[in-house]
Formats: sequence, C-alpha cells, structure tokens
Amino acid sequence: MAHVNENIKSYRGFRSITLLCLVVLYAPLVIVTIYSFNASQSITNWEGISLRWYADVFTGPESEKFKVAAFNSFTIAIIAATASTAIATLAATAMVRGGNFKLRTVSFGLISLPLMVPEIVTAVATLIFFNAIGFTRGYMTILVAHIAFCIPFAYLPISARMQGIEDSFEQAAMDLYATRRQAFTRILMPLMAPGIISGFLLAFIVSLDDFIITNFVKGAGVETLPTAIFGSVKQGIKPNIMAISTMLLSISIVMVTISYFVSKSDNTK
Amino acid sequence: MPGNKTDAIDVRNAVKRYGDFTALKRISLTIKDNEFFTLLGPSGCGKTTLLRMIAGFEDVTEGEILLYGDEIESLPPHLRPVNTVFQNYALFPHMTILDNVAFGLEMRGKTKAAARKRAGEMLELVQLSQFAARKPSQLSGGQQQRVALARALAPQPKVLLLDEPLSALDLKLRKAMQLELKHLQRETGITFIFVTHDQEEALTMSDRIAVMSAGKMQQLGSPTEIYERPRNMFVADFIGETNLLEVSVDEVRNGRAVCHLGGGHALTCNSVEGIGEGAKVHMSVRPERLFMSDVPVEAESLKGRVAENIFVGTDISTLVDLAEGPQFIVRTSNSDRGNKRIFEPGSEIFVNMELGAGRLLMD
Ligand SMILES: Nc1ncnc2c1ncn2[C@@H]1O[C@H](COP(=O)(O)OP(=O)(O)OP(=O)(O)O)[C@@H](O)[C@H]1O
Ligand SMILES: [Mg+2]
Repeated sequence: MAHVNENIKSYRGFRSITLLCLVVLYAPLVIVTIYSFNASQSITNWEGISLRWYADVFTGPESEKFKVAAFNSFTIAIIAATASTAIATLAATAMVRGGNFKLRTVSFGLISLPLMVPEIVTAVATLIFFNAIGFTRGYMTILVAHIAFCIPFAYLPISARMQGIEDSFEQAAMDLYATRRQAFTRILMPLMAPGIISGFLLAFIVSLDDFIITNFVKGAGVETLPTAIFGSVKQGIKPNIMAISTMLLSISIVMVTISYFVSKSDNTK
Repeated sequence: MPGNKTDAIDVRNAVKRYGDFTALKRISLTIKDNEFFTLLGPSGCGKTTLLRMIAGFEDVTEGEILLYGDEIESLPPHLRPVNTVFQNYALFPHMTILDNVAFGLEMRGKTKAAARKRAGEMLELVQLSQFAARKPSQLSGGQQQRVALARALAPQPKVLLLDEPLSALDLKLRKAMQLELKHLQRETGITFIFVTHDQEEALTMSDRIAVMSAGKMQQLGSPTEIYERPRNMFVADFIGETNLLEVSVDEVRNGRAVCHLGGGHALTCNSVEGIGEGAKVHMSVRPERLFMSDVPVEAESLKGRVAENIFVGTDISTLVDLAEGPQFIVRTSNSDRGNKRIFEPGSEIFVNMELGAGRLLMD
C-alpha cells in the first residue's frame, strides 16, 4: 500500500527556513559570547582569547556602577520571585481547588492578561499609578512593579502542575484526620514543589531581565543590570558590555534549564 | 430522635441534590455494628455519593447521618472516625509505604516513632513488610490495594468505607482479596461498608446487601434473601440470572398465587405482598431451578424447543424458546448430569419448574 508521507520534514524548504530562523535567533548571541573573550579594545577586530573584559567588569572604571546594579537586580529578583510565587501558589490553589465558583474564567483572564498586554502599556500604567498615589520612585517602586508583573509567570507552571494532581490525595489526607491546613502543607505542597520551583525560577529570570518596566518606574540614580547596561551602551558599545551580557545570558540559561528539568520531574507517579 | 448507640451507621431520609439533579432520593438504612455491609447497584446509582456523604466529602442536602448514635453530617472529614479505601487508592506518591500507613496515626497525635511502629505491624498484617521503604509507584496494583487497606485500618476507625476497592484487579487476585477482606473484617471487628457493582462479589462477601438503583433503595437484606426472594423486577434482574414471564394473577392465597400465561396455561408460584387478583405482573424463576424432560412432569411444565447449549465450565446453560413465552435459560450443573437430561438443539421438550421456584415480582 502506498504510504503518503505527511511528515513535515518532507516539505520543500523546511530545512532552509528552520536554519534561517535559528541563525537569526542565535547568531547575535553566539557572536556576543565569542567577542566577550576578545583581547582587543575594538568590538569588531579579533585579537585572541582573553578574560580581560570579564576582569574589567569587576575592577574597571564602570565596576562600581555594575556592582550596585547587580546587587539591586539580584535582591529585587529574589524578593519579587519569592513574593510572586507565594501569591501565585495561593491563587492557583483557589483557582484549581476552589470548586466551580462564579467569575472563575474572569479570574483566570485577569491573572494571565499581563502576559498578553504589551509591556510598554504595563510600564506606562504602572508609572501613572505610582505617580497618582504619590509613591516616590526608587528601589521600592521597582520591587513592587516586579512582584506584580511576575505573578502570571509564576502562576502558569504552578497551576499547570496543580491541575495534574488529583484532589483524592488531599481527600485521603483529610480522611486520615489531617486538617485542611495539614493536607495542604503535608500533601499538596510537596506534590506541587516542582511547579513552585519552576514558577520561582521563571519569575526570577523575568525580573532579572526586565528592562522596559524597570526603566519607567526606577527613580533617578537607581539602576538594575539591564538599565545600567543600557546606560553604558548609549555611550558606545565596549567589550565589557559583551562580557556582562554573556554572564547574564549564562544565568538565564542555567535557570531555564533547571526550571525545565524540575517541571518535568514527576513525583505524583 | 436520638440514635441507637449500637448501630454503626444510621442514614435517615438522606437526599443529595446536585443543582436540579437528585442523586439520592430519600435513602434510609441502618448498618449494624461489626457488619460487612454492601452497597450494590449499577453505575451511576449513587453508591459513591452515599459513601462520600458518610466520609464527609459531600454535604447532605437533606436528612441525617448518625454514627453510633451521634449526628455526624455536619462534621468535617477529619473529625469523623471513619476511614476510606479509595477506588484509585490515592496513596501519597511522595511518601514511602511505611509513612503512608503511619500518616493517619500521626495526624491523630501519635509520635512519629509510635506511628511507624504501629504502621509496621499493619504492614505485617497485610504481608507487605518487605516493601515498607518503597514508594507506591514501585508496587503492583494488588500490593497498592493492600497498602491502602492497611493505611485506612491503621488508625482503627469505627467504620471502614471501601469504594469498589477490587475493581482494578484481575479476576484471580480479586477472588483472593475478597477472602482477605472478609478475614480482615472478622479479625478487626470493624464495620465495613463496601461498594460494588458486581453482584457476585456482593453475594460472596456481605452479611447484608442494600441494592440501589437510580438513587433509590430497592431492597435490603441478606444475600440469601436478596437472591431467593427478590422484591421487584429490578432486583431479580440485577442479582444473578433470571427468567421472566408475563402472567395474570387469578387467585392469591397463603403467599401462593395461581396465575395464567397469555395463552391460558395455568401456573402456581410464590407471591409477594401487594399483589392482588387480576394484576398483570412478572414471574421470575432462576435458571438453576428449572429442568428439562421430554414429557411434562409437573403442572408447571412449559412446552419449548431447545435453541442452543452453552458450556460454561461448571455447568451447561440451555437456551429454550418457549411455545408460549420468551426464551428461557435452563442451567444444569455438571454434577447433576446423572439425574437431569440435556437435549440436542432442535429437540421439542418441556421445561419444568421445581416446586416453589417461581416468584411473582412487583414492577
Ligand atoms: N459533583 C457532581 N455533580 C453533578 N452530578 C454528580 C456529581 N457527582 C455525581 N453526580 C451524579 O450522581 C449520580 C451518582 O453518582 P455516583 O458517583 O454516586 O454513582 P456510583 O453509583 O458510584 O456509580 P459507579 O458505579 O459508576 O461508580 C450520577 O448520575 C452522577 O452523574
Ligand atoms: Mg462510584
């Protein structure tokens, strides 16, 4: 019998389009990474491998600025990820376990809408909001904004995980004399752990990498790594920017990889 | 009205509604202390719903549930001294077998060490001690089933609820577990409420059976009562195999009824309360209480022609097309072959009822 090959690989041009996409997506990253190891002052001439620009990030003329920015970025990312993960966990519990309450669809929409809204709109809106309530811009405004926009990112892996956990486990726990709270901490939380960790890492990365919103709500003089990098780039791209970008990229890759493997590990089976 | 302290569970006029769908329509039943009680009925009749109401996972729309005389219908599950063996076992996947069994004891305030010690003894009881350190996913279905049982029994509940606990097991294992369950129930003295839609399982295991259909109680009684004296069409049809004949009642006296078939052939059989003269009802007769002959031997002999013989291991089922009625099944046990005859398909024969075998049924 003749077999019609429906495999997408057999379409003409499939291979070249795939390659083109990959090149457009990854060539800049690869080039930045390679040139961050360049010994040359120039960002285009290759003069051999060196770690001088990495040393420059930590000890060079701009190192003070980067250190403060890195401190801000990491503390904000950790606090924002923790807070948004906690909120997202409670929201997911209510949404998935709360029965069929009215406005459930609306609630889900409200939680995930920020993912669809253009970031610039959120940024402007947040800025207007802070102005309206008279919140002086600075570290705190960045933190609050980050907690808010990280929630949907933390929410998605957590609720996906939770939907995969049958409620019979909690019922069995309560049947065995556990209070609602004990059933949550002893049974549901451990089973949700992969989703929670994955949500935390995602929120962390999103917060660490955010530029647009941060740039709007930060006060004068308060910088995070992305805004500090942007500030430097405005005065011309130096190789130390490539080094710092490569470091940020590696952190992101590590986090996303961990998040992927954690969310794939399944302790409900 | 205060409850009886010696009755394990007393369900009074329980109604359960989901929106405008009524899943349970005024169920009342009393389950005695130390009883192996079975809820039997086809899929969707409300068995799980009733069980979940006793466990506390569903609230009661109307009515009361008493446990040893105390009203429990408004208590949350963790305050009811009742444990459940879930249909899918619901073993905690992130805990070892030992910790699973110890969980209920710990929640009841035992120290971790004491809980584990007792959990170990429970695992011994179900012969799974060597698996104590494993996770549930590393056990077979039958083993998981026994862990679920040990976990539910460990805190010594007053009543154990079992929702079709054997349905996921293969036939052989199921038979073995039926015996084991029965043993455990005797040994522990705990009241068991067992849910199944398998009538054979219900008949073998239970002290008493409640037959349900469409949210209503159809009959409550011992296995023998339910099998030999079904109250209505539904019970007769659902429990075991039965032959049904449409008859008109001519006379009822002393629990016996004289009636006739459509063609006028007269029959005598057992009646039930509530059936009077002139009623058009069904008569049921179990296949094993029929025998065949080439000449009529009883007043109740019905003429027919053999359609098929089906060999089913321990006995032979013969399908007979009655001259004056539907197809009948006649069951002849292989051990009875000495004094009961089997006829070839196509033979013109008579189907005879043993004395008192026929029973009238309410619709
Ligand atoms: N949460 C619910 N909402 C609406 N209807 C429900 C709900 N739970 C159960 N029902 C309905 O109530 C009826 C009884 O359900 P139940 O689960 O008690 O049946 P069952 O006798 O246990 O059946 P099975 O043998 O298939 O397990 C069914 O018709 C079912 O559709
Ligand atoms: Mg059920």
